[in-house]
Amino acid sequence: MDAIFIQILNGLDKGAAYALIALGLTLAFGTLGIVNFAHGALFMLGAFCAVSMQKLLTISNKVRDTSITFFEAYKEVPYLELWWGDFGTTIIEWSVPISILMAIPVMILVGIAMERGLIRHFYKRTHAEQILVTFGLAIVIQEVVKHFFGANPMPQEIPGFVSGSAPVGTFFGLSDALVYPWWRLIYFLFAASIIGGVFMFLQYTTYGMVVRAGMADRDTVGLLGINIQRRFTIVFALAAVVAGLAGVMYTPILPPDYHMGMEFLVLSFVVVVVGGMGSLPGAVAAGFLLGILESFSSMNEIKSLLPGIDQIIIYLIAVVIILVRPRGLMGRKGVMES
Amino acid sequence: MSIQSARKDLILMVVFIAAVLTMPIWLAPVGASYPDLLQKFAIFGIFAIGFNILFGLTGYLSFGHAAFLGVGSYAAVWSFKLLTMNVIPAIIFGTVLAGIFAVLIGFVSLRRSGIYFSILTLAFAQMSYNMAYSVLTPVTNGETGLQLEQSDPRIFDAAATGSGLPSTELFGMKMSGYPGFYFCAVLLILAFFVSLRIFRSPFGMKLAAIKSNQVRMSYTGFNTRPYLLVAFVISGMYAGLAGSLLAATDPLAGAERMQWTASGEVVLMTILGGLGTLIGPLLGAGLIKYFENIFSAYNEQVLHEIFSFLPQFMENFMVFIVNPFVGEGWHLTLGALFMIIVIFLPGGIMEGFAKIAAWFKKRGNKSDDDDAAAPAKAQTSEG
Repeated sequence: MDAIFIQILNGLDKGAAYALIALGLTLAFGTLGIVNFAHGALFMLGAFCAVSMQKLLTISNKVRDTSITFFEAYKEVPYLELWWGDFGTTIIEWSVPISILMAIPVMILVGIAMERGLIRHFYKRTHAEQILVTFGLAIVIQEVVKHFFGANPMPQEIPGFVSGSAPVGTFFGLSDALVYPWWRLIYFLFAASIIGGVFMFLQYTTYGMVVRAGMADRDTVGLLGINIQRRFTIVFALAAVVAGLAGVMYTPILPPDYHMGMEFLVLSFVVVVVGGMGSLPGAVAAGFLLGILESFSSMNEIKSLLPGIDQIIIYLIAVVIILVRPRGLMGRKGVMES
Repeated sequence: MSIQSARKDLILMVVFIAAVLTMPIWLAPVGASYPDLLQKFAIFGIFAIGFNILFGLTGYLSFGHAAFLGVGSYAAVWSFKLLTMNVIPAIIFGTVLAGIFAVLIGFVSLRRSGIYFSILTLAFAQMSYNMAYSVLTPVTNGETGLQLEQSDPRIFDAAATGSGLPSTELFGMKMSGYPGFYFCAVLLILAFFVSLRIFRSPFGMKLAAIKSNQVRMSYTGFNTRPYLLVAFVISGMYAGLAGSLLAATDPLAGAERMQWTASGEVVLMTILGGLGTLIGPLLGAGLIKYFENIFSAYNEQVLHEIFSFLPQFMENFMVFIVNPFVGEGWHLTLGALFMIIVIFLPGGIMEGFAKIAAWFKKRGNKSDDDDAAAPAKAQTSEG
């Protein structure tokens, strides 16, 4: 029981990342009809928002190191610590959550620039061409990031307040030995609240209702005198924000490097297909499902039964799903079914 | 086929053979005439030509072709290890095994089209890649990659082995340097000839018909799937041939050859050169390999030398502008170039040539005001 429970928990954080990226991909596909291969790059850009925030907060000055008395030693101390002492240290520790504030406007700008600058010229082109041009864009974004930040992974700090492990076993009345890192739990809750927010936005606001109407029948909504194009652009920006935030919060779990986006993108595409192209709940459900299955398949008992299954489980499921139910788990009938 | 187009093809073939065999001469001025790079041109040319038979003719975008490249490489290295250092069995072995692999993957993947086909091929390639890294380590030697060893059995020419590692050969001719290039070049010419015949054959016409309208094609009574499968297997065998040639020129096979970025690369090559044209994929492959080898060798000092004819501040400015695009950052050039091509010239370089040719024609007979004919000519002069 404990083993199963811990595997479910292990799957949650990765599943949450898949679900967030897949949600953004599906938003872009459902509204604009765009297959966006640069979405992984947006995830990576979000992660690098956290990196740059950390760099910004730790801009340092050389000061005399008083602990060494034999000779004049200097050390780098961030300005924030010089000015505010312990409070500054705390701020630096919290750089990842703080960078959410920066990531939101940045990702909105990036999303709108991308949509207006490139993607709107590709509405009428084939899916293959959309894939190719966004793939090119992803390479460009990656290389620009690599130019500024280098190729090495950049570990990020977790705020000390939540750095330990949560005794989840005691929460649920299971064994006390069952622990789980706080940050991963927070990541899951964060992802769940973002997903909930997006769904509420689409479901319970007038704006979201118009967007959903546009997804169902774009032409009619346009004929009613609504500028659906602008709304779709904003939805694309929202998708970018979701991907960016997923990236920001993922940095303490996986030190970001410039090609992390591509790795997640491939898997997220598989997730989208499993969930059903254009289905938002499908993308979320499939994201968590595949994350959890991936963690189950890496259990030793299963690995000894089917060696190597943990490496291929996601792709294997995708193959089965595409072959037996091409519209995916929750896809609408008739959408991209051929 | 009319006699005229047959003659056109003959001329194309002769020009192509001459161009390929004289590559070391006419590529010398741009600094690309060293055997390693020439071999890469030929090998990736074969890869791209094969990919084009699938994607260019049928419109099925496979994102997993690197798997066949990897299978070809592994098969060839195993042939070197177990049988003989002669490259002929190695490439036969690699091509056939990749073909068998393509039958399996193609049979399943071709049940779907469009983006689902892309995802299916991608999934299969990623599975192969992940397995090659983990479970299949006894076959693939995992992360280190499959290499020749002193203790390999090599049942046909074990006696001939000296003290060091043996090198690949073709009946005594070592497959490194120029002999290696000419070996690849001959195979490239063969591959190109086969691709030309496929493009001109009724089979090729059927593939093109599948691309333009598969539904109508099946309404006229064709079962399209066997044709697609044959195209898929042929292009997989081309990839296997390219992979085994990679191993033949450098007896080493690693799993990273199967990664999806490698599949992406061949897509880039084909699109860059011109999708569905005969020469285009080759041009694209050559261009990308050229960038990879030449651009990535540039650094700031070389750039300063290149721009030294300019005034000092201009020189620094140009170096500042160009520097991010070369050396480590040549991928940036690749990505940007690729975007520009897809946005402005979806037909690739070949479409660019056709447009330029049409423009010149139009200028030439302006007096006849033959404007309407120009776009039509642009269409026919492709390929």
